[in-house]
Amino acid sequence: MKNPCHLEIKNMCFSRGDRLLFDNLSFEFERGKITAILGPSGIGKTTLLKLIGGQLSVDSGEIIFNQTPLHNCSTAELYQARKKMGMLFQSGALFNDLSVFENVAFPLREHNHLDESLLKILVFMKLEAVGLRGARDLAPQQLSGGMARRVALARAIALDPELIMYDEPFSGQDPISMNVLLKLIEQLNKNLGLTSIIVTHDVDEVLSIADNVYVLAEKSIIAQGTVEEVLADTENELLQQFLHGRSEGPVPFHFKTEDFQSDLQKVSR
Amino acid sequence: MSAFVSAVGRVSLSFVRTTGKSCLMLFHTVAGAPHPKLFSLFIKQIFQLGILSLPIILTSGLFIGMVLSLQGYNVLVDYAAEESLGSMVALSLLRELGPVVTALLFAGRAGSALTAEIGLMQSTEQLASMEMMAVSPLKRVIAPRFLAGIITLPLLTLIFNVVAIWGGYLIGVSWMGVDGGAYWSVMQGSVEYMPDVMNGVIKSVVFGVMITWVALYNGYHVIPNAQGISQSTTQTVVVSSLLVLAMDFILTVFMFGM
Amino acid sequence: MSQKKTEMWVGVFVIGAMLSLAILAFNVAGLSLKGEGRSYTLYASFSNVGGLKVRSPVKLGGVVVGRVEAISLDKESYTPVVRLAMFENNGYYPETSSLAILTSGLLGEQYIGLQPGFVDEDISMLKEGDRFEDTKSAIVLEDLIGQFIYSLNKGE
Repeated sequence: MKNPCHLEIKNMCFSRGDRLLFDNLSFEFERGKITAILGPSGIGKTTLLKLIGGQLSVDSGEIIFNQTPLHNCSTAELYQARKKMGMLFQSGALFNDLSVFENVAFPLREHNHLDESLLKILVFMKLEAVGLRGARDLAPQQLSGGMARRVALARAIALDPELIMYDEPFSGQDPISMNVLLKLIEQLNKNLGLTSIIVTHDVDEVLSIADNVYVLAEKSIIAQGTVEEVLADTENELLQQFLHGRSEGPVPFHFKTEDFQSDLQKVSR
Repeated sequence: MSAFVSAVGRVSLSFVRTTGKSCLMLFHTVAGAPHPKLFSLFIKQIFQLGILSLPIILTSGLFIGMVLSLQGYNVLVDYAAEESLGSMVALSLLRELGPVVTALLFAGRAGSALTAEIGLMQSTEQLASMEMMAVSPLKRVIAPRFLAGIITLPLLTLIFNVVAIWGGYLIGVSWMGVDGGAYWSVMQGSVEYMPDVMNGVIKSVVFGVMITWVALYNGYHVIPNAQGISQSTTQTVVVSSLLVLAMDFILTVFMFGM
Repeated sequence: MSQKKTEMWVGVFVIGAMLSLAILAFNVAGLSLKGEGRSYTLYASFSNVGGLKVRSPVKLGGVVVGRVEAISLDKESYTPVVRLAMFENNGYYPETSSLAILTSGLLGEQYIGLQPGFVDEDISMLKEGDRFEDTKSAIVLEDLIGQFIYSLNKGE
């Protein structure tokens, strides 16, 4: 019986330069579920994904994926683990000099020695899953933002990963593409049995499909649990301000400065 | 005063760190198993760096050879030594002008293109996404370009030298009236294969390593925004040009100074 | 651009560069495929070697028959000693031959001119390690001017 906890982060601390980003945080990501990580901009949510993927190393703490520690393993082991992870970057990050087809085929060509016809079938399947099989010969520059993201998603699932991470997938999308993406993420999660981690600040959208939620603010986790549990936590003021987008609350509207009256008085002198 | 001293200290420390970082990057690029597709990627890069630089190299070679011959004739004719024109043109080109000018042109054209390309890939997270697909960007993207740069610059230098010497012949013999036979025979008498031709090639190999290394380092470590890319590109051209001129002096001392 | 076309252009480029190298080697540097052949060593002392350099040619009637291999100083007699590599396929020379340091043209390089001496029954040929006895040193410009002024004064 597989451990329900697919990915675990224990007591993690990380600073960038002199700035402490994460102070003793712990996360648990359940297998087969969609976990959302919410928080204000600039708090380091993308950095968290980079730490999971091993692009940055934690200062202290543990990251355990499928019972294998990732924080101090060898490069070879890290690369093996990465083959089971897919990541969708905020900008899509498609390779400009390759066509849509070649972009999706890239991980397959690099890691498997497949017959060309088998490769084609696999790529078609992945593109079909995101609805872009017809765009396979286009260049990335010819795609709209939403389409580029879907191609990147097809590429992220090319190696049939177990875990997939989404970095701000809904930012800057029109309502149609937003919904399409939402549906896709939910379907892929169910049909392929993936564990999904979505990092975003689009609260309502992500909560409509997520199972579990972590809310980050000020270097720590201010709320965690299933979506219902978190929404029911009305006592947490910072959480409520964030969830409902109120302009006043623990996060102030005005940037710290002196009193308005005294500033105006200084001008008239 | 203390601000000056601390500034010097800061610059020196950052210089040392940069040297260390770039050596580490170089090490990870060439050490270990090469990428299976290295050869075909390498060939493609030779096309990008070498063949696309040919127009500027050929044109510059022709003009430099012609100007050298013209100016050389003006000086030599005062000593009634114009028959040595071929020798003067060939030795100047093979020993100094060929490797150095080709390297500077290469730094401006190919070096800046490399930095911009890699910098753009880095800023749009393409290299990070490659890493997340368990493909090493150093092995797949950087290594072929590095090897191609080392091979391409000596090849370009050889072509530059030939075109320039021929350009010198055009001006010296067809225009200024130096005897054609004398042009080549005096040249052959004074130019030697090992010290002159091969030392020039060795110089261009060293320049190729340095320019490509600087260009790739700056691209890979770019600050990921539009301003960062332009800053990195400028830095590549400036730093690699200065390194070429400095290394040229050092190499000339060793090769021709003793 | 397709892979094949790229490869073809790269091939053309590399071949072009190799051709350039060949042109530089043979037409510019005057490298000769025949090579100079085997050589044997002879020595000669001069009182002044002038501007003679290592690899300067030894010419007989304008034909290059050897090269200067090394120039050194004899510590006992304080005279320069030149070690010559004479080409075997040009033959051997009698011990009565003489060497002179000459200049080609006004600003030209200095070379060693070989004048073969007469051959007789008692005269042997110079072989490996032998020494030329009859040598004329390089003309030093100051001495020449001095001689000229002296002869002028003598004439008066």
